[in-house]
Amino acid sequence: MKKTGAEIVWEMLNREGVKVVFGIPGGAIMHTYHPRQDYDIHHVLMRHEQCAAHAADGYARVSGKVGVAIATSGPGATNLVTGIATAALDSSPIVCITGQVQTYLIGTDAFQEVDITGITLPITKHNYLVTDINELAYTIHEAFHIARSGRPGPVLIDLPKDIQIASTEFEPPEGDISLPGYRPVAPASAAAVQRAAEFINTAKRPVVLAGQGVLMSGAMQELRSFAEKAQVPVALTLLGKGGFPESHPLALGMMGMHGEAFVNQAIQEADLILAFGMRFDDRVTGTLATYSPNARRVHVDADAAELNKIVKVDVPILGDLRQVLTQLLPLVAPATHPEWLAQIDAWRGDSHFRNILNRPENGRLVAAHFINDIWEATKGEAIVVSDVGQHQMWTAQFYRNDLPNSVVTSGGLGTMGFGLPAAIGAQFAQPDREVWVIAGDGGFQMTMHDLGTIIQEKLPIKIALSDNGYLGMVRQWQEFFYDKRYESTRLVNPDFVKLVEAYGIPAWRATNRAEARTAIAEARATDGPTFIDFQIADVGEDGNVYPMVPSGAALHEMIRRSQPDHTTD
Amino acid sequence: MQSTLIALVEDKPGVLNRVASLFRRRAFNIESLAVGHTEKPGISRMTIVVDSSRTDVEMVVQNLLKLVNVIRVEDVTEVPTVMRDLALVKVRSGDGATRAEIMQLVDTFRARVVDVGLKTLMVEVTGTDDKISGLVDVLRPYGIEEMVRTGRVAMARGGVGTDRELTA
Ligand SMILES: Cc1ncc(C[n+]2csc(CCOP(=O)(O)OP(=O)(O)O)c2C)c(N)n1
Ligand SMILES: [Mg+2]
Repeated sequence: MKKTGAEIVWEMLNREGVKVVFGIPGGAIMHTYHPRQDYDIHHVLMRHEQCAAHAADGYARVSGKVGVAIATSGPGATNLVTGIATAALDSSPIVCITGQVQTYLIGTDAFQEVDITGITLPITKHNYLVTDINELAYTIHEAFHIARSGRPGPVLIDLPKDIQIASTEFEPPEGDISLPGYRPVAPASAAAVQRAAEFINTAKRPVVLAGQGVLMSGAMQELRSFAEKAQVPVALTLLGKGGFPESHPLALGMMGMHGEAFVNQAIQEADLILAFGMRFDDRVTGTLATYSPNARRVHVDADAAELNKIVKVDVPILGDLRQVLTQLLPLVAPATHPEWLAQIDAWRGDSHFRNILNRPENGRLVAAHFINDIWEATKGEAIVVSDVGQHQMWTAQFYRNDLPNSVVTSGGLGTMGFGLPAAIGAQFAQPDREVWVIAGDGGFQMTMHDLGTIIQEKLPIKIALSDNGYLGMVRQWQEFFYDKRYESTRLVNPDFVKLVEAYGIPAWRATNRAEARTAIAEARATDGPTFIDFQIADVGEDGNVYPMVPSGAALHEMIRRSQPDHTTD
Repeated sequence: MQSTLIALVEDKPGVLNRVASLFRRRAFNIESLAVGHTEKPGISRMTIVVDSSRTDVEMVVQNLLKLVNVIRVEDVTEVPTVMRDLALVKVRSGDGATRAEIMQLVDTFRARVVDVGLKTLMVEVTGTDDKISGLVDVLRPYGIEEMVRTGRVAMARGGVGTDRELTA
């Protein structure tokens, strides 16, 4: 049957199982929007294309499926860029479809023409400019395959207006994709797995560094079986949260710049590190000169270009983590490491001591309080989407999480403004689960226009604002490393409650712990979206994220909260 | 130190741009890059010379392989390989005596004079980097008006081709 390019787009999205797309129409993509109502695919009208890309990304991270964003040419396409880069750095599978000027106008600086395939070349896994209607269906098919397979990532399809209008005999692509130069993951080398097993079986102080690869390969159960059999404690990267239950006795918690001191200490003292689906980002290693100096290293990753990139390893294993762990498990001897685990527990005790939640309260609200209270109220079962800044680190520290694909945050790019739109995508991925956004007053104001999308779509998203009147994380660096000169970090804010109420969203303000608890309970009892402005202590020790590895320092050289004189337990 | 890579790539618009963009983005130090068609339609071949004292060659290979349009990459540094550069050099020839002198040098290097002007000669030379640099060095005193070099192309000796098993 003959179909237009526009119809082929929806036909193919349908075939790829797409139920929802996020976007904003405009001149060069209107033809594609035109037939949308004939298809069973919901379009979410966002308020900014950056948010469309973040929403697609949030959808992808929570559902494990490909998220889709649509934008017009020119400014619509360039607005996607931050969202695409965010997805690229966190290996999130999204497909972006952009309108483009007619093929015969390309290169002429026509109205709203921009070379978006050129612009996004270094931030996409792959991209396409479609110039032949007969290649459109196959290109979309291929784009989804590339986005989701191997190490996932964003793919962009630029679609000139005349291709959307043209029609052709539509034949859905059948069978396998033939891409001679594309190699998703091959089976791992048995010899390498065998060597890893030998290292594991002789290690005295092993530790697993679990990253997002655990979630992407679906290796949660395999990781757990492995850790339990070999009695290896598991440290998580920020994006690895959810790959291993944090309530598990072998769970250490988060590593890195704002990881627990005892976790970093364990990594530094280990004699074997098992890096599973993580990539030794500078935020988790500290200076490489003194990183895990005594450890032998095993690194499993689906991307060959990550092996030996940052840290030289003794056993690099290229493969899908879940398959590798399945191969590894029978080769690993049951073990116990009582001394090592006891040593870690001793260090853990000290961290526990310094934990702000274990201090007597002085009436001032700190972020750890309300994040902990949300955690308690939701029994740790909510999907928590954080923005970027201090509150992001506190969320990682205090919203302890046992469930996969439930912690969403911009790790690699650290994109402020990510939280709210990503939560929109997350809620579409899991309409029946409770979704909380935890955002800072700085980042919230970067994308708060998408409150409009939340009310238009009637999404029951719960927003928690960590309102400290500062670009807090930058302020903290100024306090520690820039002579306490608070340059351009103080925020004069609007009345957030009134602002949000203007959207018809019920809003609360909390200035102490009791108000915080009440507001959380009332927000949860309210149907639909809610907003709480948590006005937290802005300055002083309680307003900083501890512990902290200063940039460029060794992983164990942490700035720590001082030891308290009294603790509540 | 240099390493020589051969990459077979799909002959599609933008592929050269993808490769060049990758080198820039990852801060890989590349000495030369030569691209051309192969005997198989739809497949182009790149010869890439990497400054291996400053760039991890394995990272170049693995990142090239991540590009969807790159079909195969081979490091031929350690295998017996024929490597060739081509250069055209326009050199000032002056009077008859100088001209004869230059032609003799050109002969010694097994190069060829491909154009004779009133005041210049154009010399074509193929060979390894060293050979070309050698000729250029001896021509320099006469005055080089213009020069162009292609960058290295390479092919492993004997055996089967780098593009074995490839169907276009
Ligand atoms: C788009 C963007 N711009 C700037 C930054 C740099 N930056 C990192 S954290 C931060 C402060 C965030 O402030 P806020 O949202 O109030 O969160 P807080 O740290 O106070 O919790 C800034 C400006 C960034 N990460 N992203
Ligand atoms: Mg703030």
